[in-house]
Amino acid sequence: MIRSLRRGLLSLLVPMLLAANAFAPLVARANEAAPLSADPALELHVMRVAEELRCLVCQNETIAASNADLAVDLRRQIRLKLQQGQSEAQILDFMVERYGAFVRYRPAFDAKTALLWLGPFALLVVAAIVMMQNIRKRRVGVSDTASAPLSAAEAQRATELLSREPVQP
Amino acid sequence: MKRGLIPLAVFIVLVGFLAVGLTLKPRELPSPLIDKPAPAFSLPLLATPAQKLSSADLRGKVWVLNVWASWCVACREEHATLVEMAKLNLVPIYGLNYKDERGAALGWLERFGNPYVASLADTDGVVGIDYGVYGVPETFVIDKAGVIRRKFIGPVTPDAIRNEIAPLVAKLNS
Repeated sequence: MIRSLRRGLLSLLVPMLLAANAFAPLVARANEAAPLSADPALELHVMRVAEELRCLVCQNETIAASNADLAVDLRRQIRLKLQQGQSEAQILDFMVERYGAFVRYRPAFDAKTALLWLGPFALLVVAAIVMMQNIRKRRVGVSDTASAPLSAAEAQRATELLSREPVQP
Repeated sequence: MKRGLIPLAVFIVLVGFLAVGLTLKPRELPSPLIDKPAPAFSLPLLATPAQKLSSADLRGKVWVLNVWASWCVACREEHATLVEMAKLNLVPIYGLNYKDERGAALGWLERFGNPYVASLADTDGVVGIDYGVYGVPETFVIDKAGVIRRKFIGPVTPDAIRNEIAPLVAKLNS
C-alpha cells in the first residue's frame, strides 16, 4: 500500500523535477540552498564529525541526521573549521566549550562518565555472580537427595515396584 | 520472607531513581559558560546597522543579554515580562536578535514594545553559537568583569526576575 503510494508520488515527482530543470535557466538560482561544498571528501569529513555531535534541539539525533536550523548551522561551522585546517579533536572541543559535554553523542570516557560506560558491565558481572551461586546451590541440593540413603518405607516401595510382573503388551 | 525483601529493596531503589528522573528537565542543559568570560562579539545594531557594539563596550557594568527572534513563539510569551522588567530599571537589557530578518524584527519591537537598550543583529547566528544558544529565548546575566553568572533557558518569568535576577544583580552591583 505504502510502496505503491510512494511509487505514485515518485512518478509525479520525476516529471516535475524534469520540468523544473528545463525552466532552471530562466529562474535565478537561489544560493541559500547550497549547504554542500563542491568537495565530496570534505563533505564526508564534515559528516563524520557531525556524527559525533548531538543536536541539542532534537536531543536524540546527531547533527549529521538532524535538519533543525541549529544542526545546519553547526554543520556549516564544522565545514568552515575543517577548511581552516582544524583537527576533529579541536572542533569537538569547540563544541563542548559552548554546549557542554552533553553535545558529544558518544560521551568521552572520564571520571564523570565512568559509571555510564562501565555500569552495564558491572551489572552484568553482578548478575553472572548471582546466577553462578544459584546454579551451584541448586546442584548441591540435587546431589544431596540423590545420595541420601532410602528410608525403610521407600525401600519397601521400591522392592514392590521392581518385583511386579511386567505388563504384557 | 527474607528472600522477598531483596527484590522489594531493588524495586524501591528503582522507583527512587525514576521519581528523581521525572523531576529533571532534559531540555535545560547546564551551560559550560557559567563563570566563564562571555564570548567576545562585535555586531551591528539592529536599529542602526552602521553602528557596531562590542562586548568590550559593556565592560564595567552588570548587564543582561536576552536572545530573541521575531519567529520565536516563546519569545512573544516572554516579551511582556521583559518590557515590565525594563520599566523597573533593574539592569540594562541588551537583545541578541538571533537569525532574524531586520524588517520583521523591527516590526516586532514596534508592535510589542522594546525593552532593550539596544539589540544586536546576529543574522547568521554565529554569535549565538559562541554563546551555546540552542533554544530561543535564552537569557544571560553578565557581571562587570564580563563574566557570565547565570543563564536562563526558555522564557524568563516574573518569578525568576523577582527571586533570581534582581537579587543577583544587586549582589553583582554592590
